[in-house]
Amino acid sequence: MKTAELADAEPETSGVQTIDMARTELRQVNATLQAQNAAANQRKWTIENPRGSHAMAVGLDAPIEVTVKGSTGYYCAGMNKQATVHVEGSAGPGLAENMMSGTVIVEGDASQYAGATGHGGLLVIKGNASSRCGISMKGIDIVVHGNVGHMSAFMAQKGNLVVLGDAGDALGDSLYEARLFVRGSVKSLGADCIEKEMRPEHLEILKSLLERAGAAARPEEFRRYGSARKLYNFHVDHAGEY
Amino acid sequence: MEQTPQTLPRGSWTFSNETNAEIRRAAATGIYDIRGGGAKRRVPHFDDLLFLGASISRYPLEGYREKCETSVVLGARFAKKPIELKIPITIAGMSFGSLSGPAKEALGRGATMAGTSTTTGDGGMTEEERGHSRTLVYQYLPSRYGMNPDDLRRADAIEIVIGQGAKPGGGGMLLGQKITERVAGMRDLPVGIDQRSACRHPDWTGPDDLEIKILELREITGWEKPIYVKIGGARPYYDTALAVKAGADVVVLDGMQGGTAATQDVFIEHVGQPTLACIRPAVQALQDLGMHRQVQLIVSGGIRTGADVAKALALGADAVSIGTAALVALGDNDPKWEAEYQKLGTTAGAYDDWHEGRDPAGITTQDPELMKRFDPIDAGRRLRNYLSVLTLECQTIARACGKSHVHNLEPEDLCALTIEAAAMAQVPLAGTNWIPGRNGL
Repeated sequence: MKTAELADAEPETSGVQTIDMARTELRQVNATLQAQNAAANQRKWTIENPRGSHAMAVGLDAPIEVTVKGSTGYYCAGMNKQATVHVEGSAGPGLAENMMSGTVIVEGDASQYAGATGHGGLLVIKGNASSRCGISMKGIDIVVHGNVGHMSAFMAQKGNLVVLGDAGDALGDSLYEARLFVRGSVKSLGADCIEKEMRPEHLEILKSLLERAGAAARPEEFRRYGSARKLYNFHVDHAGEY
Repeated sequence: MEQTPQTLPRGSWTFSNETNAEIRRAAATGIYDIRGGGAKRRVPHFDDLLFLGASISRYPLEGYREKCETSVVLGARFAKKPIELKIPITIAGMSFGSLSGPAKEALGRGATMAGTSTTTGDGGMTEEERGHSRTLVYQYLPSRYGMNPDDLRRADAIEIVIGQGAKPGGGGMLLGQKITERVAGMRDLPVGIDQRSACRHPDWTGPDDLEIKILELREITGWEKPIYVKIGGARPYYDTALAVKAGADVVVLDGMQGGTAATQDVFIEHVGQPTLACIRPAVQALQDLGMHRQVQLIVSGGIRTGADVAKALALGADAVSIGTAALVALGDNDPKWEAEYQKLGTTAGAYDDWHEGRDPAGITTQDPELMKRFDPIDAGRRLRNYLSVLTLECQTIARACGKSHVHNLEPEDLCALTIEAAAMAQVPLAGTNWIPGRNGL
């Protein structure tokens, strides 16, 4: 099926356009979704048989809703803008990497580097996230209903990482200004990451994020972690910290 | 009364004055030396090679009459829109943050007038550079500072940076004094703090992942943009082969003389291989894969003259890239600022504390007063002139070797002045037919 045929196809009665990846090349899938804009009539898309494809629904830039009926490979929803991408399975490494805006929801688990370097938008992982979740995040909000692996929020710059479960080793290592909220245990904190006071404004942020992520938890159950800001300017006396 | 002859004071080769000064500096501060630029030590280089020129069996082209082409196409392997340049000399990636906005503008102006490309750097794409660059390569770096899909699509090519010659395996640090509000805003970090540039990418490891990362970038940009992969001069044979396997359109190979904005001196001087030593293994990898001239090779690190350009091309490169030389052409380290270099404890030609942001020439700084000294229009013109001279020099040599295109230069046109250079470049030692290492000899 050609891209033009997909774009011109009559929507199904449900108003949802369906693309079957068993019969459609990745390039055609992405080109079709990338061709949508704010003026497009077709707002809802379903992708069937994703079969763990890499780089699916990447580079989207329109207020459309994409539902993926299964699990995805690397970099699903990479660099997303505006779109809502809902994965009804699990996601491979680099989920929603460098996301700018929009929403990405994964019903299952996410592999390494979920939300890496994301600048904005909301990433919701309803299962667990593996290591380096939120690495180098630059403004994205990430809510993980389960646990996160080691080195999560490594060098995280901006945004919020909310973990309803436990966090692995070296949480927030070399953290900048990102806020980390963990309800469960933290195996260890990374260099320059410390527990911080949970002030009213943080509870408000957390409350909003939990609501948006559909997470059944109370903000008061969480602890907040952030940067001690001791490593912000290089000093030889801190060399032993890392 | 006659004096007894005295032994002259004899300095140590091992403990030279320079070495001892560094020991004293280290003892006083407890911090290693950080500086910009590339390796300053003497290493085998293009100076150790000579062209043979024409002879009875090789006839030359007429210098002022017969055409010698210089154009190059980069990225035709997979990209729908390969880059076409008039000259095989590009401007290397240098960051906004390390360089001022006007300096980036000047690079764009000069490159565009000369018919070539310039490259962003860590810190993202500036309007100055995009606006003044007809062809702009957008670097995709581990830090991902300023990275966004809109700029990715505005770029003409994408360069995934794995490493650079000055510091293969190393990241970077932009010190707080250069972090103005604009620089900080582009990097999503607070003003005034040291900004670490990571040494490896945050969302992939290894060649198999790189292949998928390249797929993602191609999908985001509609398979239009050439994808370059930049490697430092560490393991050029294997890194080139792996980059090709991962799907690169172009491999950028940077030897240890290639500059950096700032890194530890010990790193610059002791990690990586000289540019000359890297080219032939990289070309060999391309040849072994049947990809020489299909995947283009851009060589950087210590390119200064048209002779250097010609020698790199003769060894198998498709193009070269210049960074440090481009800065010098813009006005970096100009003796007219000698009095100010002296105040900084250095001298024109040796100033390399670019990270401190006090560049008298107003290039490697974010200080508004110093930046006023720099005229991007005039500097762009100087860069254009310099690129023209490099091209003319390269053509002069190519014609002398009887080549109607600079890409027709070949190793057979060269000999080496030293055994080391002969072994690295795999060309005969001058006056012999001996190529060290060839056929087990």
